[in-house]
Amino acid sequence: MEPNQSFVNFTEKNTLKIALVGNPNSGKSTLFNALTGLNQKTGNFPGVTVDKKIGTARLTDQVTADFIDLPGTYSLYPKSLDERVAFDVLCNENNAEHPDVTIIVADASNLKRNLFLVSQIIDLKIPVILALNMMDMVEKEGDAIDLVRLSERLGVKVVGLSARNKNGIEELKRALLQPLPVPSYDFIDIKKIAPEIIERIKSVQKVKSDFAAFQLANNLDESLLVGQKNTEANKIADALNTLVIDKNKLQALESVERYKVINRIVEECITRKPGLRVKSVTQKLDGILTHRVWGYVIFLTILFFIFQTIFFLAAYPMDWIEALFVTLSDWATHALPQGELTNLLVNGILAGLSGVVVFVPQIALLFTFIAILEDTGYMARVSFIMDKMMRKFGLNGRSVIPLISGVACAVPAIMSARTISNWKERMITIMVTPLMSCSARLPVYTLLISLVVPHDKNNGFFNYQGLILMALYLIGFMAAIGAALVMKWILKAREKSYFIMELPVYRTPQWRTVGLTIVDKVKMFLVDAGKIIVAVSIILWFLTSHAPGNKFADIEKKYNDPKLAGYMVPAQLKAMASSEKLEASYAGMLGRAIEPAIAPLGFDWKIGISLITSFAAREVFVGTMATIYSAGDAGNTLSIRDKMRAEINPKTGLPKFSIAVGFSLLLFYAFAMQCMSTLAIVYRETKNIKWPLLQFFYMGAMAYLASLLVYQLLK
Amino acid sequence: MKNLSQLKVGQSAIIDSFTDKKMALKLLEMGCTPGEIVKLDRIAPLGDPIAISVAGYLLSLRKEEASTIMVTSIK
Repeated sequence: MEPNQSFVNFTEKNTLKIALVGNPNSGKSTLFNALTGLNQKTGNFPGVTVDKKIGTARLTDQVTADFIDLPGTYSLYPKSLDERVAFDVLCNENNAEHPDVTIIVADASNLKRNLFLVSQIIDLKIPVILALNMMDMVEKEGDAIDLVRLSERLGVKVVGLSARNKNGIEELKRALLQPLPVPSYDFIDIKKIAPEIIERIKSVQKVKSDFAAFQLANNLDESLLVGQKNTEANKIADALNTLVIDKNKLQALESVERYKVINRIVEECITRKPGLRVKSVTQKLDGILTHRVWGYVIFLTILFFIFQTIFFLAAYPMDWIEALFVTLSDWATHALPQGELTNLLVNGILAGLSGVVVFVPQIALLFTFIAILEDTGYMARVSFIMDKMMRKFGLNGRSVIPLISGVACAVPAIMSARTISNWKERMITIMVTPLMSCSARLPVYTLLISLVVPHDKNNGFFNYQGLILMALYLIGFMAAIGAALVMKWILKAREKSYFIMELPVYRTPQWRTVGLTIVDKVKMFLVDAGKIIVAVSIILWFLTSHAPGNKFADIEKKYNDPKLAGYMVPAQLKAMASSEKLEASYAGMLGRAIEPAIAPLGFDWKIGISLITSFAAREVFVGTMATIYSAGDAGNTLSIRDKMRAEINPKTGLPKFSIAVGFSLLLFYAFAMQCMSTLAIVYRETKNIKWPLLQFFYMGAMAYLASLLVYQLLK
Repeated sequence: MKNLSQLKVGQSAIIDSFTDKKMALKLLEMGCTPGEIVKLDRIAPLGDPIAISVAGYLLSLRKEEASTIMVTSIK
């Protein structure tokens, strides 16, 4: 092992590119937050569906640093997409994100396993600093780590810190400014394991180290699969073509070799205090939190709190937001000159924005809980106690939280599916969550149930109306579980479903992390999903407020006729005019156009219009019905109900909203993907238009079939 | 020799070998190397997965996965 003398010095540079890499649970994100604070943004790695977090910080008056938080990984064997991204950023000099310096974050209280990734990165021969995090935990345990010795043995600079307490952050920043050597020694002699392969790779490709060459050979299939740098990959494939390579065996040999060295280093550098360990607190907590009875009681209690909070508590700020936007619209309507532009601003853009901002309380509240559950280490236990049950349906133990949250609103629920690391399980969770009966369905259910289900006071608590409402929630849940089961068979797994997962030590939550998570999620929703929602709102506004030719002008002329004013009050005239306008609008035309398709479900074109407009949000159904039946104020459910009840089907002479039509509509709303906000967030989370489309059509098909069946049976 | 899923709660053993090559890679990088001492810490309430102490931390894995790790008991 010869010492390597090359230094990398950045004193001439004004902006440093710095990557943070480390194991999951190593406190990497905490360190990233401590370094960058609120100067963060989330972007996208080009070509792949992995989120990229970038933040900036000032190191000195002259020098700023761009930090990039790479996905957490246990090794440089790229098994998942996340790990592949981390691998490519570090190894590929042509990657736009390839850093000047890499900070490896390692959990000092769990040094042995953390050193595995450290050792691999050292062998890439790129300039690194080892940030040994959670030194406070080590001290608490009464252990001591000899940082000088560790630095010598690893051949890299080591900074001990505690990101949670913000200890050592300044030291780390200072260390970044000093000339940085690339690691001095090879951690293991990889040439001993695969001499031939490394020789051949080096003959066709310029690499920084033997290990980098070894990695290129081992990951050839993956890079060919992704289609990255195809010509290079082909060149390497050609160079290797006559060799028989047992990749599994080579990697296993490498891992064993690394841990041999790691064991020696850990032995040398850590002095352990014998006796009781802090980890026994975790032991005791696990005794309760994963207990066969208390474990579930506590989990159910937590779920109950989450549900209550996003269902009931969020309603207050949501009302305020809606009131604020109503005030804003009123003001704009009066202050601005009447015309098309004001109309667009008030009924298109402001209405759309209101539909976006109104989700913020629910998202913020749900992620307060989720960030706490994640940060304390409890979330891993949820997986642990729920895995067996959820696995049967192709779901993950962590799917429970999105599914339950989906009863309040699918939008934050789908965002919370992020915590599921397995791709297939996460996709299934995202795909089935909107089937859970969300709070936007409630006004629709209430209206329709009161319309067609008799209200029997005598049965008290168990009246029919209540039972039907409960049945609808149950149907939603069963549909979600059933759909998950079907998708478990259809969806091909990208990676084998492992459950090999760390159960981190319990820690008190950090409010800073919780706060930053909320800010991040809200920002992401407002920007990424928000623009889709506003765009669709504007389209819907156009469809309902415009008609071909002069139809609107004709209607207005008709109702402005002074002769009519003698017969009817102005409010009634106004309501009738809006009703007729809606019928004449493009949305009305669309409603008529789809009538043949929905007639077998018992729906006429007026319901068709509502199906189209409630795509903005399910509860819009009630408002549209109010307009169509000229019921005036949409807030007055009773008057809408009475108008709808009085509607007579011209063909049969009986009430149009019969039991058959009512139940058909109820089931349609239970299943159909009638929510652009959900589709927008599914697109944001999956980054592929295929998934929201698939969701729209499979849920639509379920809705259609269920309504068809019920209507034809009951009619 | 038996496999890891056959241990009783509180029992320790030494990792000997693996029966599934692909799974072995994942387990190796998580610190389950031959010669390492493992202890069965806990079994989930529904009987699966299990939690083991290894390399100084707590690792959870399914029984099916644990059964690919061959261990020798410690007397």
